Amino acid sequence: MVRLFGPLVGLFFVAALLLSFGVGAYNAATQPTPPSAEKLFHMHPKDVKFSFDGPFGTFDKAQLQRGFKVYQEVCSNCHSLKQVAFRDLGALGYNEAEVKAIAKNWGTKAQTFDPKTGDRGERPNLPSDHFPPVYYAGQGNPPDLSLIAKSRHGGAQYIHSLLTGYVDQAGYKNEAGEELLKKFPDAKTPDGLYFNPYFANLNLAMPQPLTSEGQVTYSDGTKATVDQMAMDVSAFLTWTAEPKLDKRKQTGWPVLGFLLAATVLAYLAKRNVWADKH
Amino acid sequence: MSFPWANEYKPSHPLMQWIDEKLPLPRFVYNAVGAGYPVPRNLNYMWNFGVLAGFALVLQIVTGVVLAMHYAANAGVAFDSVEHIMRDVNWGWMLRYAHANGASMFFIVVYTHIFRGFFYSSYKAPREMIWLLGVVIFLLMMATAFMGYVLPWGQMSFWGAKVITGLFSAIPLVGPPLQEWLLGGFAPDNAALNRFFSLHFLLPFVILGVIILHVWALHIPGSSNPTGVEVKQESDTVPFHPYYTAKDGFGLGIFLMVYCALVFFAPNLLGHPDNYIPANPLSTPAHIVPEWYFWPFYAILRAFTSDFLIIPAKLMGVLAMFSAILVWFFLPWLDTSPVRSGHYRPLFRKFFYALVIDVLVLGYCGGAPAEEPYVMISQIASMYYFLHFLVILPIVSSIETPQPLPFSITEAVLGKDEHATLAPATPPSAPAVA
Repeated sequence: MVRLFGPLVGLFFVAALLLSFGVGAYNAATQPTPPSAEKLFHMHPKDVKFSFDGPFGTFDKAQLQRGFKVYQEVCSNCHSLKQVAFRDLGALGYNEAEVKAIAKNWGTKAQTFDPKTGDRGERPNLPSDHFPPVYYAGQGNPPDLSLIAKSRHGGAQYIHSLLTGYVDQAGYKNEAGEELLKKFPDAKTPDGLYFNPYFANLNLAMPQPLTSEGQVTYSDGTKATVDQMAMDVSAFLTWTAEPKLDKRKQTGWPVLGFLLAATVLAYLAKRNVWADKH
Repeated sequence: MSFPWANEYKPSHPLMQWIDEKLPLPRFVYNAVGAGYPVPRNLNYMWNFGVLAGFALVLQIVTGVVLAMHYAANAGVAFDSVEHIMRDVNWGWMLRYAHANGASMFFIVVYTHIFRGFFYSSYKAPREMIWLLGVVIFLLMMATAFMGYVLPWGQMSFWGAKVITGLFSAIPLVGPPLQEWLLGGFAPDNAALNRFFSLHFLLPFVILGVIILHVWALHIPGSSNPTGVEVKQESDTVPFHPYYTAKDGFGLGIFLMVYCALVFFAPNLLGHPDNYIPANPLSTPAHIVPEWYFWPFYAILRAFTSDFLIIPAKLMGVLAMFSAILVWFFLPWLDTSPVRSGHYRPLFRKFFYALVIDVLVLGYCGGAPAEEPYVMISQIASMYYFLHFLVILPIVSSIETPQPLPFSITEAVLGKDEHATLAPATPPSAPAVA
């Protein structure tokens, strides 16, 4: 019974697939889909190295502090950081007093609500508070940056490439030498958007945020070039996404080391047990 | 199976004798996985994967139960509760990565275990029931994993749930009302999330129950072995303990090393970045894909792009995707060759390797965008998949000339067996690695 109906069922599906394949192949041959502007002109992130790359990498706390300063002075005007609490900043090397001060002096205050009167009010942030929401009234929808490094392909490299990748669209050519506006006149950046080939859709609502050297003054004296600021904020945003990165790798090595030793012993024990049977 | 020469459980300590009289659990363990369970002596490392699968389930249950102490299954807070686990719960990040990567390891191990079954025809008589229970376990695993992935309520969680629950609407007549009833609404929302959490907590224990039946069914005939020749005599076997407890211990060490390398050094390698974006019903991701272990079936689902006879393409895809697993139920009756092991079936072996490559191709296409050339490749690969199980295997098992089998396991391992009634001029070799 099975050997009768089985092949029939199989041939049923194969027939449906042949039909789909035929129709698809015919369409692909007669009306091939031309590659889109995004496919031809989108750039993959630049290969830059960070201190936390690889199985041995760790965060550079000084870099994280610089990155936080960039976030504070540039990005926090539009982007929230709601998964991070002020107290978490202690991991960047700030002491308790500094963390309290950062929280207290943060521009947007915490909301309060008095259940007896129904009044809404404000109070300065405490270290236990999360970074408050950001109310942005302009064009576009600035995403929360807490997890941006894990929610985009390329992570920190993507963020760095995006921040440093703004170019003039007029005359822009890709690596093959094709000019974007000649090939795809419809890809002209609409009003209110900005051209950036590292962005998936090529045009995004965020204007170039890091425009000039010295835009942020670093307290450790590092030269605040656009590239440096981009690297630092990318590292900081990797920390906001993965605050336990250092702990994770630090735990991983003893665990793997133990397992390697135990597996070697288990192998020798297995050989011992099987000695008379081989 | 208790072969006649099995060691007998003889407790010497008075306490153990007391327990044996009142509740013979130690005796049960001794006879099931101890020195009282004879197992073929020639099992290779492909036989490690059943135990590893059981271990992976225990791992998932332990990490999952602890995660459930901190997770909140409400659409407004689910995503944030997972971030709370990652940031604030002590070792929460480790539990979360352990559970997510544990699911991947579970599927790696189970797929290897299943393909062992394909190659060595473990599904053949007298082991059909073990195989059927195994396919049931796999279906339950897929349901559990699907619902588990929805729980963080990220973009892929939501949209994956939307796609897969949307398949129910393809069923004629009852489809749309059935979909609404299952979801508790018109689209995945808080109702769906809550019931998925409940079922995701429940199903692993159902899986545990079916595994108990699966191992019980195995212990009736005992394990098969790489030659496919059944156990005949004492020299064919060794007691499970210490021989296979030792071998499984080593296998477990390798498993744990691979697993911990993932958890501690590449925890997001097998995941999709989009799931770190909170679910937004108004923003469809560019490419909706499930986790990697569903990719072969996703490719089969998306391969059906044309309506066929009276059946719409969407329904064809759904029927094919489920049939792709349901055909496994019928394997004991599709493959009728009396020879079990692929080592002695040269023609069958070639098609087995073709199947492995085919499934890998399907897997790659399942993770790729639904564009040409991937759709055409999935169509061809899906054709081969159904042909393999439903047309090729029955034909091959009828027309093939298998190689001569060894008389017994003893002959295969030691080169000769005194009990062989017709001693061959030259002893057949042990199964060559094909």
